[in-house]
Amino acid sequence: MTSSNSRWDGWPGRVIPPMGVIGAIVALWWWLVARDDSAIFPTPLAVVTGAWELVQDGTLFEHIGASLMRVGIGFGLALLVAIPLGLWMGWVTPAYRTLNPVFQMLRPISPIAWIPLAILWFGVGNLSPVFLIFISSVFPMIVQTVSGVHTIERRYLRAAANFGVPRGVLFRQVVIPAVLPEVIIGMRIGIGVAWLVVVAAEMIALHSGLGYLIMDSRNAGNRYDLVVASMVIIGLIGLLLDGLTRLLERLKTVRWRYVR
Amino acid sequence: MSVENPQAAAGGKIVVDAIRKAFTDARGKQLPVVGGISLAVAEGEFLAIVGPSGCGKSTLMNMLAGFEQPDAGGVRIDGRVVTAPSPKGIVISQQGSVFPWLTVQQNLMFGLNGTEHAETAQERAELADHYAAMVGLKGFENAYPHELSGGMLKRVELARAFIVKPEILYLDEPFSALDALMNLRMRNELLRILGEERHTVLLITHDVEEAIYMADRIVVLSPRPTTIQATFEVDLPHPRRIGSPEAQALREAILAELGL
Repeated sequence: MTSSNSRWDGWPGRVIPPMGVIGAIVALWWWLVARDDSAIFPTPLAVVTGAWELVQDGTLFEHIGASLMRVGIGFGLALLVAIPLGLWMGWVTPAYRTLNPVFQMLRPISPIAWIPLAILWFGVGNLSPVFLIFISSVFPMIVQTVSGVHTIERRYLRAAANFGVPRGVLFRQVVIPAVLPEVIIGMRIGIGVAWLVVVAAEMIALHSGLGYLIMDSRNAGNRYDLVVASMVIIGLIGLLLDGLTRLLERLKTVRWRYVR
Repeated sequence: MSVENPQAAAGGKIVVDAIRKAFTDARGKQLPVVGGISLAVAEGEFLAIVGPSGCGKSTLMNMLAGFEQPDAGGVRIDGRVVTAPSPKGIVISQQGSVFPWLTVQQNLMFGLNGTEHAETAQERAELADHYAAMVGLKGFENAYPHELSGGMLKRVELARAFIVKPEILYLDEPFSALDALMNLRMRNELLRILGEERHTVLLITHDVEEAIYMADRIVVLSPRPTTIQATFEVDLPHPRRIGSPEAQALREAILAELGL
């Protein structure tokens, strides 16, 4: 879309340059560590070996599973709340005027700031991170859904009014599909923040998850190879989650937003 | 087409009685846009309304179609005062309002929610396909609007209007966003469909030739606040030739009224 250069359009053009950059970063890292002969900072090889250790004893997948489960529940709940609430606030102006200031106030508060309260209210079980993920992802999704409703072009609403369709049809065939691309953007933002927050939340308490793995590796014998391995895995899963939400953009009913 | 003088016809299909409309500008000053217009349109008549740009043509159309209410006077259709838009009169405007998130078939079925048109989903789909074929879109039923050209989009829009069997078509510069060639082609297309299914048509345009080519009667509006400046009967057989001496004489007369 940005480049008309067809050489970059195929999969090699999309895969090779970013792989090159990643390769360069790894090479630089390796060279720096080897040169300094650092006792504590691991080489890429040590990281891979460490990660392989965790794969073999099965704990890595437990941690990944625990983190993903918390994100899944917290994000899912946020989605269930944000979409109906966002549609309602976008459609009903008094609801928007009443609730928008509250949400705009809650939104900039870092989810990390909620950690003490979360622990106080929900203890150190699964509920705290789920709550934090919910809090962090629900607001961007509400805001995005509302803005989706507000930016529906008037000509489409006029056409719907002209055909005199019942309210249900208006929502199913005009409002919701018109808002869907905006909701998907909200979901991408939401899932990104959720993943950011779950790791942070797990560092504070709990006994599983990738965030816990980082803290535990450091506390239990300065295993910085495992710390870095966890970081890399967190990054990779973040990339994957974003890719999965982007797949939604391929839905036929939202293609109109991304062409032209 | 309409032989009788519509003004004299008892009531007429659409009766506009001394409507006025003013807008309030940013400084709170009243800006009269429509300055008292009365006219009657007979059932099945094709009336064109021509006027300089910015004269309030679209405001007039909005009041006729029920999207806006006049400050004074009234619009009656079949003797009933128009207070809201209704599927009895479908508007087609320059910008178009085919829903980009629905396929051609879904767009055509959009207005068919009432049971008076078709009972089952199957019948609705068949009706949609019939009208798609009528406007030359056979084979494109499952295409999305972004896959179609501007001319094809106009056909979708026309078909979506015709399928609900509206008594009146309000065309607000319907083809002016198309290129010149497609514009000419769509005129013929519209006349052909109107030959199959007679409707009362109100065409608003700044294109004098377009009006002469299609309309039974042409009303020329004055600049803002707009009133009826002149009325011309177009007593020429179809298919009309714009190059014919009669059409050219009429064109000269209308342009003279417009101060050109």
